[in-house]
Amino acid sequence: MSRSHDTADHVAHQFEDAGQQFVASTFGTWLFLVTEIMFFGGLFTAYVMYRARYPEAFAHGSHHLDITLGALNTGVLIFSSFTMVTAVHSAQVGKIRRIFSALLATISLGTVFLVIKSFEYHHKLVEGLVPGPLFTYAAPDARHQELFMSAYFAMTGLHALHMIIGIGVLTWLAVQAWRGRYGAAYYTPIECAGLYWHFVDIVWIFLFPLLYLLGRS
Amino acid sequence: MRAYLFVFATLLLLTGLTVTAAFIHLGAMNDVVAMTIAVTKALLVLVYFMHLRHSPGLTRLSVVVGVFWLVVLISLTMSDVATRGLLGVPGK
Repeated sequence: MSRSHDTADHVAHQFEDAGQQFVASTFGTWLFLVTEIMFFGGLFTAYVMYRARYPEAFAHGSHHLDITLGALNTGVLIFSSFTMVTAVHSAQVGKIRRIFSALLATISLGTVFLVIKSFEYHHKLVEGLVPGPLFTYAAPDARHQELFMSAYFAMTGLHALHMIIGIGVLTWLAVQAWRGRYGAAYYTPIECAGLYWHFVDIVWIFLFPLLYLLGRS
Repeated sequence: MRAYLFVFATLLLLTGLTVTAAFIHLGAMNDVVAMTIAVTKALLVLVYFMHLRHSPGLTRLSVVVGVFWLVVLISLTMSDVATRGLLGVPGK
């Protein structure tokens, strides 16, 4: 197969050159992230609406969540965003080995986040705070606190699903990086996966204060 | 790389700040403070980690459009919820 503009095998045939491919790929990723904003946006809207309707119950509900674990997980995610951007930077400056180790660090931190999250979920289960038939928590406004817990599980659950998918994608990239597939000339998949990973981090940056912090003072 | 480290440290600092501020009683201002810090953190991630400062205009426009529609979604919904009780009509 002949290519007139770029003979590198990482440039797909429909693109003029590696630069155009990079811009098209990142733009496509951003368009996907815009749909993700609206995907999470529906849940954020539901949260804002019910919090406006039942402010006291939502304030009481936030007291069920563990701020220490929430803050710790925020730090873990921010750290993972830093290692993610380190992977991209390593590719840009051609430090091939460090791409792999930075991706591995990101995967590990993402896993730590999910482990801490699962401990929180288990704790809620034991306390009877999981909405539905398992909800046994008793209080005058328990029904409305259940609404808060529904928002909590729906939003953090969807967020955790995104983390699991992200870890899957990064694992694939780490294998490719181990094989030396990426470098200064080609790192588009790492950049695109990074955009997705940082977006998931941003979602948590909003979830943490909304669910854990508001109503504590 | 130094810029990334600085952003990383700032994000951790802002996380500590928002936790501290959550325990100070400010009334409705607690929401404002928490959201201001969250938006600042999100902007740092967008501009530095997601490379918006080096991105083409088309990419930046797509981000603005995404946030714009989110604002439409939340503000139109809330304008309905907040004003529905004002009308003395059945089925409100």
